[in-house]
Amino acid sequence: MPRYYTEEHEWIDVDGDVATVGITDYAQGQLGDIVFVEVPDTGAELSKGGDAAVVESVKAASDVYAPVDGTVTEGNAQLEEDPALVNSDPEGEGWFFRMTLGDKGQLEGLMNAAAYKSYCDDL
Amino acid sequence: MSETEEMGEEAAIETLPLDAWHRARGARMVEFAGYHMPIQYDGIMAEHLWTRDSAGLFDVSHMGQLVLSGEGAAEALEALVPGDISALQPGRMRYSLLLAEDGGILDDLMVTNTGRGLYLVVNGAVKWDDIAHLREHLPDEIEMNLLDDHALLALQGPKAVDALVALGIAPEFDDILPVDRLVFMQAGPYLWGDVRLGISRSGYTGEDGFEISVPAEHAEALADALCAIDTVKPIGLGARDSLRLEAGLPLYGHDLDEGIDPVEGDLSFAISKRRREEGGFPGAARILGHLADGSPRKRVGLSVEGKLPVREGAKLFDGNTEVGLVTSGGFAPSVGAPIAMGYVPRDHAAPGTALAAEVRGKRIPVTVAAMPFLPHRYVRKTGA
Repeated sequence: MPRYYTEEHEWIDVDGDVATVGITDYAQGQLGDIVFVEVPDTGAELSKGGDAAVVESVKAASDVYAPVDGTVTEGNAQLEEDPALVNSDPEGEGWFFRMTLGDKGQLEGLMNAAAYKSYCDDL
Repeated sequence: MSETEEMGEEAAIETLPLDAWHRARGARMVEFAGYHMPIQYDGIMAEHLWTRDSAGLFDVSHMGQLVLSGEGAAEALEALVPGDISALQPGRMRYSLLLAEDGGILDDLMVTNTGRGLYLVVNGAVKWDDIAHLREHLPDEIEMNLLDDHALLALQGPKAVDALVALGIAPEFDDILPVDRLVFMQAGPYLWGDVRLGISRSGYTGEDGFEISVPAEHAEALADALCAIDTVKPIGLGARDSLRLEAGLPLYGHDLDEGIDPVEGDLSFAISKRRREEGGFPGAARILGHLADGSPRKRVGLSVEGKLPVREGAKLFDGNTEVGLVTSGGFAPSVGAPIAMGYVPRDHAAPGTALAAEVRGKRIPVTVAAMPFLPHRYVRKTGA
């Protein structure tokens, strides 16, 4: 299952026509203690680069953008009870939402793990 | 991902004496009040809880340290603030407010009578405006010195006193109490070896603690010595903000500004009894009127239902009517829930009043709450 990364520090796991989206370990480290995550409603239509979710740390609220076009199929309900999952397991249990892939071609502009790592190293 | 909260411009940011010290300890630095400042080390939540349980060391060297001296300095300052400064005994300090002509708050500050003058600590973000205001309005014979060769450290938390004692700090003079015998809002001159320190039992976290004025060239050594004690850790600005919010203490530029007078700001305690009777401070007519009749609006605390933080700028509603504004808010680590403070009309200011805050189009139920959110733990008398 290929994993892609965005310059906005989101990861996307693609499994057929469905993608799972979260924020990267680098992102959670920058944000610090996460106290609230607002995930999109099931059925929400997302467009690439548009607002998709909001993650609140102790310090500030940050927007999470849709990495590609698509329709939300599920938000991670666990984050409501335990938003700190984003800190403890950002690239696993701390996923944000699942969505359909409206345009698989949009994946081509994203980074793979190696490219993302070197992107972060340069920040 | 992008932070919706601006951290400021990159232009002409100055460094403070402990800049390299913070970086060496892994601090994440941000711009604040024109300086590079540590926002966090281990994480805001952990630092906040550490301060409440143990002792946190804060670098607040961005704040302005001023000394007013000369015959009649206290009386002269009283023309600009509503506190009874001339009754302040040597070694005593009080919280006061620098007032504009119309009674609006230009800054909040601490005033200490050192016996040789008045030592003022003002907010970093407005210190240059404060200095200009003071110089313009104080008589020429009152001398004003900015202690820009001094750092200011705050050691806060229940174990702060033991840490300071462990450092072997001695009173500079025979008539000065040992640091552990100071009570809240008492201050004096001390020696750490041959380094002269100005120490007060005060702070802005709601905890017992001390503020320490130290010559800049000795600040690193002092910070090192304090952090070598296993109960002491360096704490960033992020936790300083959440600590003061839980303590119900307003932050200038957010919860207080030139458009707000002391009664509106729920700071009537800073208007001393004698000054209430005599007036003679800027905006006295407005402020005394508000004291007598109540102000049209008031700063209040807000408990937030659920987990969504309600932050500065959120509008407050009573039903469909917009009634006020949140001026500070966020997750409160020791409370374990989001809290906020803001301004509401006086008929909505009673604790228990149910309102709603608007966050991203949603209405979040909030309730006016008594402040502090967590009891203050100031030491008002010592045992011995």
